[in-house]
Amino acid sequence: MSTGTTKLDVVVSDVVPVNDLVTRFHFRRRDGQLLPTFSGGAHVVVEMRDGERTRLNPYSLMGSPLDTREYTISVRRDDVGRGGSLFMHRNVRPGHEMVVSYPVNLFSLDLRAKKHLMLAGGIGITPFMAQTAQLAAEGGNFELHYTCRTASLGTYADLLRERYDRRVRLYHDDLDERIELDRLLSSQPLGTHLYVCGPGGMINWVRERAATLGWPSETVHFEHFAAPQPGLPFDVTLAVTGKTIRVDEQQSLLEAIEAAGVDPPYLCRGGVCGQCETNVISYDGKFIHNDHWLGEEDHRSGCKIMPCVSRFEGRSLVLER
Amino acid sequence: MGITFRKETFRDDFTFRNSPEHIRRFPFPFHEDAYMYAVNIEPHVVGPKGSVLENLIDVDEHYVAEMQDRALVLAEDPLRCQSLPHMTLAGWDLLELLMEQQALGYPEHFTLTRDGDRWRWINRPLGIDDTFTFGDTSTLPYGPMEYITRQSQGDFCILDQRDGNLWMDAGMVTTQADWSLDFDIGMNFFEWHAPVPLAHEKGIFTRALKFLTNIQQGKPARRLNWTMTINPRLDTSPENYHKWGPDRTTVTPQNVGDKVHLRVELQSFWRLPRSNGIVFPIRCYLIKMDELVTQPKWARRLHRVIRDLPDELANYKGLTRYRPTLVEWLSKLDDGSPTSPGFGPD
Repeated sequence: MSTGTTKLDVVVSDVVPVNDLVTRFHFRRRDGQLLPTFSGGAHVVVEMRDGERTRLNPYSLMGSPLDTREYTISVRRDDVGRGGSLFMHRNVRPGHEMVVSYPVNLFSLDLRAKKHLMLAGGIGITPFMAQTAQLAAEGGNFELHYTCRTASLGTYADLLRERYDRRVRLYHDDLDERIELDRLLSSQPLGTHLYVCGPGGMINWVRERAATLGWPSETVHFEHFAAPQPGLPFDVTLAVTGKTIRVDEQQSLLEAIEAAGVDPPYLCRGGVCGQCETNVISYDGKFIHNDHWLGEEDHRSGCKIMPCVSRFEGRSLVLER
Repeated sequence: MGITFRKETFRDDFTFRNSPEHIRRFPFPFHEDAYMYAVNIEPHVVGPKGSVLENLIDVDEHYVAEMQDRALVLAEDPLRCQSLPHMTLAGWDLLELLMEQQALGYPEHFTLTRDGDRWRWINRPLGIDDTFTFGDTSTLPYGPMEYITRQSQGDFCILDQRDGNLWMDAGMVTTQADWSLDFDIGMNFFEWHAPVPLAHEKGIFTRALKFLTNIQQGKPARRLNWTMTINPRLDTSPENYHKWGPDRTTVTPQNVGDKVHLRVELQSFWRLPRSNGIVFPIRCYLIKMDELVTQPKWARRLHRVIRDLPDELANYKGLTRYRPTLVEWLSKLDDGSPTSPGFGPD
């Protein structure tokens, strides 16, 4: 029943360059009504109509959940990605009419926590913008450690320091400042929950250290949307609908399936939620699995693929779609 | 014109009845002449006028009497309403949902006015007119969940979502079919479903959990469940088993039509926006056999369903003791002719 998410018709109300890499986009509802309430950590899927091509990219909502007059997202320009962020940076202007999904939260706060310890790397700061706003309004106990390349690329670092003062600690790569992770993780009060969002390497590092230092896995939360990677084109047969499709270099398998008029369910489009999991009927070639949903065994078995982020190289692939 | 609310009881003299219009709108749960578990979940969208799905939160002629019965249950046993400390935000989510839906569906009975955080709620059937600050618990006479569920038909479970599971961490449960919030509070989805027979083997709960944890904001879902109850008693709780359990020995061929009730639960599932929890309203509808068999199709079909029900299910639903008497009584109304497909009466 859940093919995609419920959609919202919005208009771009503002476009604000934040620094050399990041631009912020503001959306309001076209009918002037309030947008749906959301919880800190939620994302929306933004539909980009780029000529013949439709891209659907997830972005964390970074405004305060208490203000639903507008949604705001921050997009980091990726010059070697598939073009979604470049489209946002180059083509989207105030007044532009767009469609976004209802909010979905796959990186929710655990409201039982006595303290929320947040670790952000780079553009991974965005979900914490909303979560800190939510917690601050409720008098919640949080502490944010934010790593960025340079001060000038420290997106919203000044704003966060101004809002939360010493509850925010900044680390700059160019000054060789590093989070003393083991000491930080070893000195937390009982009942602390850990949240990490940033590059894959950072997430793996934090999870590994937390596990080694005895943090229960239920207290370690992470958000790692894998952006779909470009790759060689490949052909796929959709057995249920009887279609044969080609996946372009810059297209994800899920996007190619949708472009053929087939609508599999999806939520995150980043390989984490499991909604678009698809059975493989037969294949001759090799899978390039990029998701965080299937286990290693599933990856090895050749029986399943997450079409939102994973690709294929080889002679033939037949999917149950 | 609004609803005419009945004066009636769900205990002692049991004066509960359905009006003829309410008999026809009863959510009869069998779409065919047999019953087995299935993941019978569908989108919770508005249904036909004059059905219980006309509004997503249904208010009917029993509203005032049900709220009075709930107040009696709570006065005797306050633990029927519990909310763990981290669930207050979800309580506000639920308050917003129920006020909005009731005001939307029944403007003649309920009015919600919002001015930023200042909200005014008028509930005419219960004579309530309160102004409060949304998010500030000190401005309401009860916590937000208790406040609004004392004014909303049906039980409500609020489930926290974490670690890929759902946790029964808050609820208002006074019209339940033999389960206890006080017992289940804090349990996860698999723990509280452990007593259900047959369904685990079918993998139903694993699939249902996967579905529920992916319920999206703005896209609620629903399913029907059913059992039977002797006398129109809303509160058939384990805590009060000594009051209603013995009723099951009182069914005779002479009183089946009056005493035996089909009890249908309209269960819906909604994502809550601020807390990211799930609320699970369980709305109970009762109909006595004499009322139900005024629809010949329902009489024929119910006979076949109860007659052919697997013994495990009959046991789980507590029908075993009076099933033969009921089947015999219903068989006289079943001429063997076919029933039309679908739930509705002919």
